[in-house]
Amino acid sequence: MTATYRLNAGEIRKQFPFFQPHPEMRSVVYLDNAATTQKPYAVIEAVSNFWAHHNANVHRGGHGAGARASEMYEAARTRVAQFLNAPEPAEIVFTRGTTEAINLVASSWGETFVQTGDEIIVTEMEHHANLLPWMRLAEKRGARLKVWRITDDGRLNLADLDRLLTKRTRLVAVSHVSNVLGTVNPVVEICQRAHAAGALCLVDAAQSVAHMPLDVQAIDCDFLAFSGHKAYGPTGIGVLYAKRAWLEAMPPYHVGGGMVQTVRWERLVWAEPPAKFEAGTPPIGEAIGLHAALDFIDGIGRDTIEQYEHELTQYALRRLQEVPDLRLYGPLPDRAGIFAFTLGEIHPHDIATVLDTHEVAIRSGLHCAHPLGERLGGATARASLAIYNDTHHIDALIDALHAVRRLFGLART
Amino acid sequence: MTTLNELYQEIILDHYRHPRGRGELEPPKITQEGFNPSCGDEIILDLRVQDGRVQEIRFRGRGCSISQASASMLTEAVQGKTVEQARALIQQVLALVKGETEGDIEALGDIAALAGVRYFPVRVKCATLAWHALDEALKHAE
Repeated sequence: MTATYRLNAGEIRKQFPFFQPHPEMRSVVYLDNAATTQKPYAVIEAVSNFWAHHNANVHRGGHGAGARASEMYEAARTRVAQFLNAPEPAEIVFTRGTTEAINLVASSWGETFVQTGDEIIVTEMEHHANLLPWMRLAEKRGARLKVWRITDDGRLNLADLDRLLTKRTRLVAVSHVSNVLGTVNPVVEICQRAHAAGALCLVDAAQSVAHMPLDVQAIDCDFLAFSGHKAYGPTGIGVLYAKRAWLEAMPPYHVGGGMVQTVRWERLVWAEPPAKFEAGTPPIGEAIGLHAALDFIDGIGRDTIEQYEHELTQYALRRLQEVPDLRLYGPLPDRAGIFAFTLGEIHPHDIATVLDTHEVAIRSGLHCAHPLGERLGGATARASLAIYNDTHHIDALIDALHAVRRLFGLART
Repeated sequence: MTTLNELYQEIILDHYRHPRGRGELEPPKITQEGFNPSCGDEIILDLRVQDGRVQEIRFRGRGCSISQASASMLTEAVQGKTVEQARALIQQVLALVKGETEGDIEALGDIAALAGVRYFPVRVKCATLAWHALDEALKHAE
């Protein structure tokens, strides 16, 4: 493979303690990045620095440390807004993750604006995080859940969406990148069509945020959600972007401290967004860690990351297709670096265990997308890339897959 | 690689490739499903219990080699046993795959091959799926 990209994965790995030798841990080829990414020193140090030297609650303190903590927390919000090209920081709500962000929209917006007989469109490839909130909402409100089926090669066909959209459609919920198929969905066109029909559009960006440029104004989505931990940041922090008009119109999700303006026995006045949606003490250190993670990503450059991962993806696709009996799911060749596959009749769990003993870490199972798993015929093994992977990691995966074939009698030893 | 060979012993691969006790029973029977939502492994046990004894037992399902081999071994081991004996065996198997067994395991026959699972904590659920289903099924046996 010719190295045309301006990126050295070996140098990137030096910024991650996970990839340094450790007396109690084997070194592994980490290919489970769609589940969670490793954390660079910069993120760990930002979190640790906050807890060690700046810990205080936000928006409450009558003291300097509280003011400093609030500044750091709000600086993280501003950084997220800039990262997503959101018009203003007030459109960024911090949550625990993608799941909570989407649940927030389904509860707050959904239970206010979705009526009996209305329709919500979800795609067949959704992760449960962008599926179950809508299934439950439809059940609660007597609304109709419509499923946008995928093509046999794992894509969404826009003409199918046109057939599903009606005057009763309130929302289209779609993932930017499938966590199983690696499909990159045309979210700009999807939002356009949803809006033309009078519906809103929510984009689940959990699998795209760390891997490609993301611009909420260019996409023109009404809602977008992602998790910090899949973008080199901490767990326990996620983001909901929502257009200001919706945040103004939506009632609070949780109620409690920090989200209220006036509390009298006879009268409640909620705080302005985003505070209205952040009841209780937020994940302050985690937000500050997310700030450092976004700095880390932009320090490399999202165009550079996208180009590098694209070339590595093409290499991986070529090598995977050389393995006899391997069946690869999802579109070819344009896709993100997520590869679900099966190997003959060998169960994916067995593949993952054998790979693990060869120091190659992947995931197996249904990947929290049971309806999609049903469509694909059951469990799959899944390898997924990040910025610190390189062609040697793909080679290690392929070698280990050959060992799986030998062990289960698909090849002569 | 030794531990891998302990997990995938020839006895286990043989039960996986040539499952014993695969199938369904005609009613009357107790049917119990076991399902692992994270990986989709599924076992459906059919059993007929008469006079406090497992007269007949079959399994269906899909899943990894460990879950399916374990179910196959279960049907062989439990057929003809009393409910009491079956319950005792369940406890022995659960202890075995978690590495909590002391002393001789040879008396367990083929099931002893499941001992290799103890080196793979993420696979314990695979090995125990059928046995947990059996435990549930036996609650309906009285």
